Amino acid sequence: MSLKFALVGNPNCGKTTLFNEITGSTQYVGNWPGVTIEKREGKARKIQEDIKIIDLPGIYSLSPYSMEEIIARDYIVNEKPDVVINIVDATNIERNLYLTTQLLELGVNVVVALNMMDAVEAKGNKINTSLLEASLKVPVIPITASKGRGVKELLERALHVAQAAASAGNSPASYELHNENIVKYIKEIEENIVPQLKSKHGNSRWTALKLLEGDENVQKTLEVPSVLLAEIKVYQEKLEKKYDMDIETVIADSRYRFTTDVAGKAVKKKEQSSQLTVSDKIDKVVTNRILAIPLFLAMMFGIFSVTFGTIGSFTIDFVDGLVNDTFANFISSSLESAGAASWLHDLIVNGIIGGLGSMLVFVPQIMILFFFLSILEDTGYMARAAFVMDRLLRKLGLSGKSFIPMLIGFGCSVPAVMSTRTLENEKDRRLTIMLIPFMSCGARLPIYALYAGAFFAANQTMVVFSLYVLGIAVAILSGFILKKTILKGDVAPFVMELPPYRIPTIKGLTIHMWDKGKGFVKKAGTIIFAAAVVIWFLQYANFSFQAVAEPGDSMLGAIGKVIAPVFSPLGFGDWRSAVALLTGFIAKEAVVSTMGILHGIAEATEGSTDLITALQASFTPLTAYAFMAFSLLYLPCMAAFATIKREMNSWKWTLITAGFSTGVAWIVAFIIFQVGKLMGFS
Amino acid sequence: MERTLKELKPGEKAIIAKIDGDKGAVKRRLMDMGVTHGAEVLVRKVAPLGDPIEINIRGYELTIRKSEAELIILQ
Repeated sequence: MSLKFALVGNPNCGKTTLFNEITGSTQYVGNWPGVTIEKREGKARKIQEDIKIIDLPGIYSLSPYSMEEIIARDYIVNEKPDVVINIVDATNIERNLYLTTQLLELGVNVVVALNMMDAVEAKGNKINTSLLEASLKVPVIPITASKGRGVKELLERALHVAQAAASAGNSPASYELHNENIVKYIKEIEENIVPQLKSKHGNSRWTALKLLEGDENVQKTLEVPSVLLAEIKVYQEKLEKKYDMDIETVIADSRYRFTTDVAGKAVKKKEQSSQLTVSDKIDKVVTNRILAIPLFLAMMFGIFSVTFGTIGSFTIDFVDGLVNDTFANFISSSLESAGAASWLHDLIVNGIIGGLGSMLVFVPQIMILFFFLSILEDTGYMARAAFVMDRLLRKLGLSGKSFIPMLIGFGCSVPAVMSTRTLENEKDRRLTIMLIPFMSCGARLPIYALYAGAFFAANQTMVVFSLYVLGIAVAILSGFILKKTILKGDVAPFVMELPPYRIPTIKGLTIHMWDKGKGFVKKAGTIIFAAAVVIWFLQYANFSFQAVAEPGDSMLGAIGKVIAPVFSPLGFGDWRSAVALLTGFIAKEAVVSTMGILHGIAEATEGSTDLITALQASFTPLTAYAFMAFSLLYLPCMAAFATIKREMNSWKWTLITAGFSTGVAWIVAFIIFQVGKLMGFS
Repeated sequence: MERTLKELKPGEKAIIAKIDGDKGAVKRRLMDMGVTHGAEVLVRKVAPLGDPIEINIRGYELTIRKSEAELIILQ
């Protein structure tokens, strides 16, 4: 018997920590069918090999508000997991139980995991678990997921519930939490209206409640005829009149009455001291009227200097030496002594090692950047940044919530685009997605590192930082223009939890960092490997498939020479630059490896002096800067492009995004080069 | 004239009466987050740029804009 347990809980309730704790290394990350919302699955090895754990998106409610809520609800209703493990943040029971009430209404097997018990104890508060169990009529298990406390017992109880349910059948939906007037109408709808419906969606009592609540998604799924809708309307109006509120408010109110009551009885709070909590103290500084924005900028600058400064360059030199000197030389001499053909030697040393090596050197740097970004996320700072920046972003027609995806965009556009799903307004989402590619992602680093190292050795950090600022400035301006033109619309609401500050766990940070590094290596090993081989071949042979002496005579050279004039007004009309930018669509890092291949240099890395010398011959500091700016802004890479297509679910908007960014890149690089020239830079 | 949450200053407390307006996504989200009849709300602070505001409700911190605070009617 294979069992399915689904994890459901509010954002920030420690769901991911619990998931990692249960599944260990058995997790598998995929996407929900049809949408690119991460779907994580794993096996509960600790207790029984064949229990599948499914991590549902973090949600506050099962009302159809954003895509995540709909996904979570549809999963529970359609896939019928054997047990729903509802993680409740014990430090905030009252609001967390709101979701619990909706799970109980669904009539599924619920086991409540009361998480962060250590924080409750640290505050000196007490929670009466048996009282909670009695009120909710489901098992409640206190746990501390970050320390692994209570996790085994939780799984055992869940297993027990699943086994009991298998023999006795599912428990009927609980509606006792609502007051008697509501219950009366639910019963009437269940008896009189639900049987007349042609299709079924979940259990009949839940359907009745949803119809009474006026849930449009359920109405649509069940294709409720208008005659029945009119009958339901009568019930709704009776309640609306009685309570002098609209029907949604009546039901939400009733749920909160229940949770307030339960939380009030079960939680024993220690006398509240008037002292500020640690969270308050941090907040006083971080969101301070004067300090907030300088602090944010300083923090970003700090992260960049560590990532791209001493530590970053140390890791690059280290990997560079390992791959491009030691390994490349070893392979090269082995091939020579084995008497390999010269084309094979060229393919392996220049094409494959040269192409891949140039990307691999950046793995540690990308991991460092993600390490810092996950610290910002896990500590709760990201939400504060949104709080501080909302006003500014609203001027551009965006909400502070768009800020988080944009920050993630500094790491990689792919997860950034995916994280826009927390935005509830479709136009906001579209605009945010269009602006994300302007945030300089980790894959663009190799380009900056190479060019800034070659032309701005003295103030590398400043130059790289200026490119990040340029990306932000372009995004701001573009947002302003887009909102005034093709994405006109009302201002979206901004309702967001500010989670308490938490110390991130080393385990969580490591998992996150490792995932990113692994993903990057995987990309290098597949897409970029293939690209490197293709590019090597295109520059090795001409259209009659004969080896050429000069790369300029090759197929790639011919293609490059056709498009190169487009870039002449930007200062880099060399065919090699044109080809490098073309390959940058495969992955932005490929710009560097292509440059290396085209200059016939195996070690195409930022540290390689040969390539630097070659570049110094064809670029000036000014054209190098224009080239970096163009690389930053133009066409998002293939992976980002595919994600944008899936998330926007429209070819038209995807192509608009791609065309828009490339157009902007051209204009900006043009201005940099032409104005720079006028001002006497070279 | 009814008093709204927008009029509260940092440090002031009040009880929520209702959310103004008919159905809608904003209203539903506010209710999901616990902004319902009878809940006590404390205004914590205003963001450095003057908007949004941070409130404490049902034991946690929530941020909303002044335009949303204006919809929340107090007792």
